[in-house]
Amino acid sequence: MSPRFKPGDAVTVRRAYPPGHLRTPHFIRGKAGMVERLCGNFPNPEELAYGRNGLPALPLYRVRFVQRQVWPDYAGAPGDTVDIEIYEHWLEPAAGETSHA
Amino acid sequence: MRGYHDIGGLPLGPIDRTQHDYALWEKRVDAMLVLLSNKKLITTDELRLGIETLGADAYERLSYYERWIASIARALVDRGVITTDELGRRMTDVSRRARESA
Amino acid sequence: MHDDHPHSHDHRPDQDRPLSDHQLMEIAVRELLIEKRILTADDVRRAVEAMDARSPALGAQVVARAWTDPAFKARLLANGTAACEELGIAMGPTKLVVVESTPEVHNLIVCTLCSCYPRMLLGLPPDWYKSRAYRARAVREPRAVLSEFGTELADDVTVRVHDSTADMRYLVLPLRPPGTDGWSEERLAGLVTRDSMVGVSVPQAA
Repeated sequence: MSPRFKPGDAVTVRRAYPPGHLRTPHFIRGKAGMVERLCGNFPNPEELAYGRNGLPALPLYRVRFVQRQVWPDYAGAPGDTVDIEIYEHWLEPAAGETSHA
Repeated sequence: MRGYHDIGGLPLGPIDRTQHDYALWEKRVDAMLVLLSNKKLITTDELRLGIETLGADAYERLSYYERWIASIARALVDRGVITTDELGRRMTDVSRRARESA
Repeated sequence: MHDDHPHSHDHRPDQDRPLSDHQLMEIAVRELLIEKRILTADDVRRAVEAMDARSPALGAQVVARAWTDPAFKARLLANGTAACEELGIAMGPTKLVVVESTPEVHNLIVCTLCSCYPRMLLGLPPDWYKSRAYRARAVREPRAVLSEFGTELADDVTVRVHDSTADMRYLVLPLRPPGTDGWSEERLAGLVTRDSMVGVSVPQAA
């Protein structure tokens, strides 16, 4: 599966709240960030959790978020960030951006 | 909808920095997870899902490795490696042996 | 059927009270797996010994090498697993990412969803790392968490939190303290604590 995003792309984490085994933390859903790197392709943990093989492997990205944009009351410095690894199917291009297929 | 394990950002209190000594049984649980993973009889995500579905009360009440062994046992039964009946009979047997040797 | 006697002889509890349900479960699962020839008692014993042999000294060795060997540091930052294996450290399936703290950027590692940790380099994680309070607060108020650990950072230092949600495991390459010029690797490694490789503290020369 060829990656949809590349480093520097502005992305948003989908607002979805299904049950099941998810590795996209609740606190980051709906937030906008920037792809810091493509980590590689990995089997889908949402499927591995049920004893299935999780294939095809999915692109996994490290996405960087500005803390002040994640927490309304963030008390640290403006440049502080949180980096999270997020599987491609949880990411959309940020509004006004197009993804690079 | 939010898993009870999915706690990033919740307003919790001071961090307890006491450290308990790992008991041998806890290390064995850890060892079994590693060994079973290497043999492809369980994945880390199966372990995690099991913990995430123990129920909020069990998640609070059980210790870290208690949650692990509960999840590992569940995964092994789920995969047909052991049966519930085998597990139950053996736990009863172990309990009896422990009482007899005490 | 019991001629190879897979039953452990130490089902006597570690502490002086009856075995808990989960201790019973551990023994039962282990015995069943051994009887079904999925594992051997030796496999379990060796795995426990291997775990006991791992400590933050391994990570400290990697950090000290990176501090003294710029080419190694570059390789470490490009591919953490391969660089650690160069030093003879068994990494298994771990995909290690090493993040460098600098005077401008301080890194902090957490796993909000569970307890992912670079065990092959640091051994088993401390209870606080697995605690709900750390997992909840490290992403939201990292500077307050650092203060609790006695670590204060200037406002012009950027704090970068890494939430290990997927397949990577993270190690902080902490900032080398001033006043350590010319120190041997061994002496430098002595300054590198587990807490500094998670990012809740900073190595000190004093």
